[in-house]
Amino acid sequence: MGDVPRWAELALLPVLNLLLALALTALLVLATGGDPVAALTALAVGSLGSADALGYTLYYATNMAFTGLAVAVAFQGGLFNIGAEGQAYLAGLGVTLAALHLGFLPAALLVPLAIAGGAAFGAAWAAIPGWLQARRGSHIVITTIMFNFLAAALMVHLIVNLLTAPGSMAPESPPFPEAASLPGLAQLGFPSSAPVNLALGLAVLAALGVWLLVWRTPWGYALRVMGQSPAVASYAGIDQGRMIILVMALSGALAGGVAVNELLGAQHKLLLGFTSGYGFTGIAVALMGRNHPAGVLLAALLFGALTQGGAELAFEVPDVPSEIVVLIQGLVILFTGALGNMLRPALARVLGRAGG
Amino acid sequence: MGKAEGMAPPAIALRGIEKRFGAVHANRAVDLTVRRGTIHGIIGENGAGKSTLMAILHGFYQADAGSILVNGREVAIRDSRDAIRLGIEMVHQHFMLVERFTVLENVMLGAEGGPLLARGAAKARAELARLGEAFGLRVDPDARIENLPVGAQQRVEILKALYRGAELLILDEPTGVLTPQEADDLFRVLRALRAQGRTVLLITHKLREIMAITDRVSVMRAGRMVAHRETAATSVAELGELMIGRRLAAPAPRPAPKPGPVLLEARNLSVRDAAGVERVKGVDLALRGGEILGIAGVAGNGQGELLEALAGMRRPSAGEIRLGGQTVFPGRDFNPAALRRQRLGHVPEDRLRSGLLRNASAAETAILGYQDDPSWRRFGLLAPAAVAAHAARLMRDYDVRPADPALRSALFSGGNQQKLILAREIDRDPQVLLVGQPTRGVDIGGIDAIHQRLLACRAAGKAVLLVSVELDEIMALADRILVMFDGRIMGELAAAEADEQRLGLLMAGVAPERAA
Ligand SMILES: Nc1ncnc2c1ncn2[C@@H]1O[C@H](COP(=O)(O)OP(=O)(O)OP(=O)(O)O)[C@@H](O)[C@H]1O
Ligand SMILES: [Mg+2]
Repeated sequence: MGDVPRWAELALLPVLNLLLALALTALLVLATGGDPVAALTALAVGSLGSADALGYTLYYATNMAFTGLAVAVAFQGGLFNIGAEGQAYLAGLGVTLAALHLGFLPAALLVPLAIAGGAAFGAAWAAIPGWLQARRGSHIVITTIMFNFLAAALMVHLIVNLLTAPGSMAPESPPFPEAASLPGLAQLGFPSSAPVNLALGLAVLAALGVWLLVWRTPWGYALRVMGQSPAVASYAGIDQGRMIILVMALSGALAGGVAVNELLGAQHKLLLGFTSGYGFTGIAVALMGRNHPAGVLLAALLFGALTQGGAELAFEVPDVPSEIVVLIQGLVILFTGALGNMLRPALARVLGRAGG
Repeated sequence: MGKAEGMAPPAIALRGIEKRFGAVHANRAVDLTVRRGTIHGIIGENGAGKSTLMAILHGFYQADAGSILVNGREVAIRDSRDAIRLGIEMVHQHFMLVERFTVLENVMLGAEGGPLLARGAAKARAELARLGEAFGLRVDPDARIENLPVGAQQRVEILKALYRGAELLILDEPTGVLTPQEADDLFRVLRALRAQGRTVLLITHKLREIMAITDRVSVMRAGRMVAHRETAATSVAELGELMIGRRLAAPAPRPAPKPGPVLLEARNLSVRDAAGVERVKGVDLALRGGEILGIAGVAGNGQGELLEALAGMRRPSAGEIRLGGQTVFPGRDFNPAALRRQRLGHVPEDRLRSGLLRNASAAETAILGYQDDPSWRRFGLLAPAAVAAHAARLMRDYDVRPADPALRSALFSGGNQQKLILAREIDRDPQVLLVGQPTRGVDIGGIDAIHQRLLACRAAGKAVLLVSVELDEIMALADRILVMFDGRIMGELAAAEADEQRLGLLMAGVAPERAA
């Protein structure tokens, strides 16, 4: 049954799948009359070829790492959280309320409080579907999807009717006070004007924290037991209702990282629709990263690079349709996620023969 | 059988089959010849490599070396499609049926026969009726799988195999989950198959079944084929010896029980299942330290629910449970974790469904339920090295093979999985130990070892509650026997007065007054 060695499973297979996706992209570019070499070069240079490019790649990757971790941690408990988008959106409200109402505090207090506010709002928004599943049996996939719509409607109402400064035409909150801002990497000597900021470090710390929590604590053990089999969890005496609510709250708090990166790190005000789909990309990131924090970080980097490189591609090689970026992302998801096992039997055969 | 039989090529011939899994050499130079139109038994200790060999035969694994001949022709079996094409079919112990489909839909699955379902369905229905008639496999084609008892589900598996044209049917421990009645029905079907020239390969740990139904039997030990016998020319004793390589000592007489204080008590306990049906109806029982209390009964008469309720996994609908003199139900802290802390151990009836983390290492399975124990923590964090060391010790002490804590739990043979779970629960030194079907799928050597462990618990003054559908097991271990029928205790027998006939009557629901 195609068992491949661990190193191949974790490193070789994803790389092969990625190459396959890129090769197919090249073919499609060729078929639409474009120059595949130019396109792929533009993609690579546009995402990694300069400090600015790298800065943007990392900036996007930060958002995706947070939502990827959010999806992954819930998935370890067997819960498919489709609602990271709405949770991140609500987290934006938490960040904004803290930033605007506690503006008198010094940065050293204000920033952590704003982060905590975002995490708390994200957690609360995610905990409700968790509670509904745990106590009322409503399926988490359905409720988290619906909560995305609720979040969007609620936030539009709040931003347009309550948060927009009187007399302003733009549907956005007033700018945050100076203190409510995370230093950009540029301020720390990174030679780039990209908005990448310390939230990147927070994302890496969050990944480490998730790894410790899930793989090195009894709570994480219990979470993984529940994810593997509810029947085993009930035998082991794990309080699954409580577990579901807690892990959903954790997931929502992690999704809140998007608000930290976007609002405290880059925009310094609350904008309509600032989450721009990162919650959904997080699903693909978690899928590709095998729901493991290290994998999520790598996958976030890849998707960040595709987003940034894709924007450059559309700009640099005008005869390649800009939709090609969406296509590449789709192919990557297809090959690494849905078809992730396609190459496995062949690889097992090749490696098996080589290994004797 | 006919004279031509001797000349016809064997249905299956295996030559020099080799299979390794890393360090484990599961099959070594295995030769096997199965004559057409016979029932051929395969026996061997847990982990001897029986299931692996069958998996090679039906294309789930590929042999590292060796050849397979079907009807005298060498064939390559790369996957189960190849096997099906060659008429080789496997009836899995864990049925591969779509629960929400009907029998007919399941049988047609993968053999729909054209784009229009209706025409295929009509043909399938007729064929199903014919097969049912020919082999005594009666099932309602329109019943949904989820509503069928286990025995009927198994018949559907067999029907499915026959529908696809099975010439050789492989059954891996098919009777483990069946009631005695259902097992008899199964054997009738197997005989009908043989009568019509089909070939059956039967793996079982129950030597009595081997004696009752097979024509020939092959014995595996540590990956090798060590003997082949005509069933008529062998005995249970010889087979047992061939299997484990030594003679099994007759069980030592049990010392008289020294009953201590009542450690577990249920009063007027009623339990409903997930669907709300009352499965346990007002049961009273009291379990003392230093004794083994057996609960006998045909599977599905409420024993499972009773065990789950006593373990805290299922909330009773009425009654009271006292553990170590304290009322735990009704009570706020009635759950498996709290009861474990009050030193209740539980070996679940269905180890694969609830006792084992199939996709995690043996080490992780070894701390299941005890994950909060600080002894596997360093600096507050779970220490994989400490968990693995604990698992390694358990595996050594309880002879779990291979003794590799990093191996995925699902990859151990059934008997070794069971030993791992028993090791985990007994090693915690519980005051009360609940055990369900402790030797299901375990070989005779392993059964003996497990029985010794349970008797040691008894000697140490623990209270052991044993639920088993194996009467031999109950009679070998229990000091007192309660018989359950339809959720009620039909009667209680002391070990001395229990015999198969009395137990059998109670199990059939005949009240003791009339039984006596
Ligand atoms: N995929 C696998 N990877 C590693 N080891 C395996 C794998 N499958 C089986 N084994 C090992 O191979 C040996 C033979 O296992 P197998 O399941 O064939 O035994 P068995 O004779 O069927 O035993 P049982 O009577 O307990 O079912 C065991 O030691 C088992 O742990
Ligand atoms: Mg087996």
